[in-house]
Amino acid sequence: MTQTFDARTAGLAPTSSGGHGPAGWDGPVGAAGLAAERVRWSVGGRLILDDVDVTAPPGAVTGLLGPNGTGKSTLLRLVAGVERPDGGRVALIGSPDDGGSPGGAAASQAAADGEDPAGPGDRTAATDTAQGEDLLAMPRRRRARTLAFVEQDAVTELPVTVLDAVLLGRTPHRSLLAGPTEDDHELARAALDRVGAEDLAAREIGTLSGGERQRVHMARALAQQPRVLLLDEPTNHLDVAAQLATMRLVRDLAGDGVTVLAALHDLSLAAATCDHAVVLAPGHAGHVVAAGPVAEVLVPEVIDPVYGVRTTVLRHPRTGRPVLTFDEV
Amino acid sequence: MSETRAATRPRTATAPATLSRGRLAAWLGCTTAVLLTSVVVAVAIGPAGLTPSDVGHVVATRLGLGDWLGLATPDRLDDGIVWQLRLPRVLTAAAVGAGLAVCGVVMQSLTRNPLADPYLLGLSSGASLGAACVLVLGWLAVLPVAAFVGAAAALAATLALASAAGRGAGGLSPARTVLAGLAVSQLAAAATSFVIFWSATGDQYREILAWLLGSVAGADWVSVAVAGGALLLLGTLLASTGSVLDAFTFGDTSAAALGVPVARVRWLLLLGVALLTGALVSQSGAIGFVGLILPHTVRFLVGSRHRALLPLSMLCGATFLVWADTLARTVFAPRELPVGIVTAAIGAPVFALLLWKGRARA
Repeated sequence: MTQTFDARTAGLAPTSSGGHGPAGWDGPVGAAGLAAERVRWSVGGRLILDDVDVTAPPGAVTGLLGPNGTGKSTLLRLVAGVERPDGGRVALIGSPDDGGSPGGAAASQAAADGEDPAGPGDRTAATDTAQGEDLLAMPRRRRARTLAFVEQDAVTELPVTVLDAVLLGRTPHRSLLAGPTEDDHELARAALDRVGAEDLAAREIGTLSGGERQRVHMARALAQQPRVLLLDEPTNHLDVAAQLATMRLVRDLAGDGVTVLAALHDLSLAAATCDHAVVLAPGHAGHVVAAGPVAEVLVPEVIDPVYGVRTTVLRHPRTGRPVLTFDEV
Repeated sequence: MSETRAATRPRTATAPATLSRGRLAAWLGCTTAVLLTSVVVAVAIGPAGLTPSDVGHVVATRLGLGDWLGLATPDRLDDGIVWQLRLPRVLTAAAVGAGLAVCGVVMQSLTRNPLADPYLLGLSSGASLGAACVLVLGWLAVLPVAAFVGAAAALAATLALASAAGRGAGGLSPARTVLAGLAVSQLAAAATSFVIFWSATGDQYREILAWLLGSVAGADWVSVAVAGGALLLLGTLLASTGSVLDAFTFGDTSAAALGVPVARVRWLLLLGVALLTGALVSQSGAIGFVGLILPHTVRFLVGSRHRALLPLSMLCGATFLVWADTLARTVFAPRELPVGIVTAAIGAPVFALLLWKGRARA
């Protein structure tokens, strides 16, 4: 966890002395990765995803890549529980150091349905979700406390303020009949701080620029206090500066311990920001053709047949990360 | 640095479109007071020259508070006018207004369609068909029942059509349901016109037209019980769904990702709206405008958070219909206008004004 993150924890969760006061957005407890296994989905008799396996390692940014129509968005919707897959499971996986020990898992299970998570002192034991549990079989509100989904171009015609939009992220944490509490407001503001959008709180969401709106949606997702963040084309329709700022934020969140799985269109952006990449290819249905560290996956041997282009991989002179250029075949 | 910011940020810096808890309470208090005053004043208004205190006198006596308050027995004529004639009518108007407004909010929010109203699924046309049939036959006594049955049949037809059309193509989607409602609506309207054209004679035209435009002129304590009972049972339930409807702000997908059981919520709320609307329509006819534009008006005033919007729409809808009905029976007294004409005649300009004043925001 980074220096900035610790400072924030100290400032926003002043509960190190115990007690159960409002916690700030203090990141997940022990990063948990995501493993989708043999996910299969068809609509109207047409197979869209065929036994797809995707792993998003804990606390890392994993890019979900592939041409249009390979089912990237569909896969995210299935993992988020928005649609039900025809088959497969989606589980949380532990980070290498806490390895999902049986004792830890049992403790997590015991505390899983408590309305008020235990105080920060014993939070390590009181995670909302046990390692290895099937997210798809979980009650949806509990799933929404584990995993947040920022869909593509979420818009509303209602005159909603930024703060209200972020407060929606607290929905899975309280009774559906209750209104937001003071703690919810605090957490929503902390989430806005985290994405650097605290000054926008009173603005109407329709008046924001694309980049600002994306930050607000991320803040809404963070207000869910998720361990896993799913992003569908987070840089869509953004100008270059906003794209970079968004991906910078994604990296920072991963640094906080949030596992990120992001569907991305732009291979160079993926090469510059992701730790891992999963490439889906079209066929009779979407399926995985390559998965692993970016440097191993984003190579001409993988990309060329999938996208039908000729790829040249260069090195960024400053960052040393791969830069991709493309030619027609 | 963020520590300082968190500590010094004023906690009251809420956004303009958000009502803080205190302001919501103030709004609720004010609108409730306005509603209660309106009921008393509206009952007093009319040819008999009653004062609001006469009304209070009768009501207190009827509620058994007369001895306790040391009141004399009220005039029998006053008692009859207040208790038998006007109070049931005013209370029915209030219940219908409140119910239609809250149903309108829910429908607009569920379908994400600003043109949605409680009658969207063909309820009013079905009710009108039922009512027109019995009016033509002269069976006035069963009019409310026929209207309710008509509304229920229209709803059933809409849902059946929508699910038949959606078989193998994604099931019962909201868009398909709205379109099916449109089809059923048009069909029922055609049937109503046919019934009127073919069989209505003499004064029946006026009676049917008056019913189609909506009226609470014939309301008695049974109407109060039906409309008020449905409102207490279903209206309060619908009004408590603020957080759920808020979760739909960015659409179904984001609601589902927030842990809301989208399909179940949608059908439960649609069913609640349909039953409440059916009960109201059976008592008052299809009063237009209230369920369509009143929610927008309240939204202009207090923002779009449903926890404020639902109860306030309910209270404002009640007040609005109480006054609309009072105007309907007094403006051209002794002739009465169907209240549906008045709701549109007042409401449309008010809404136009709000639209114009709010143009910077919209």
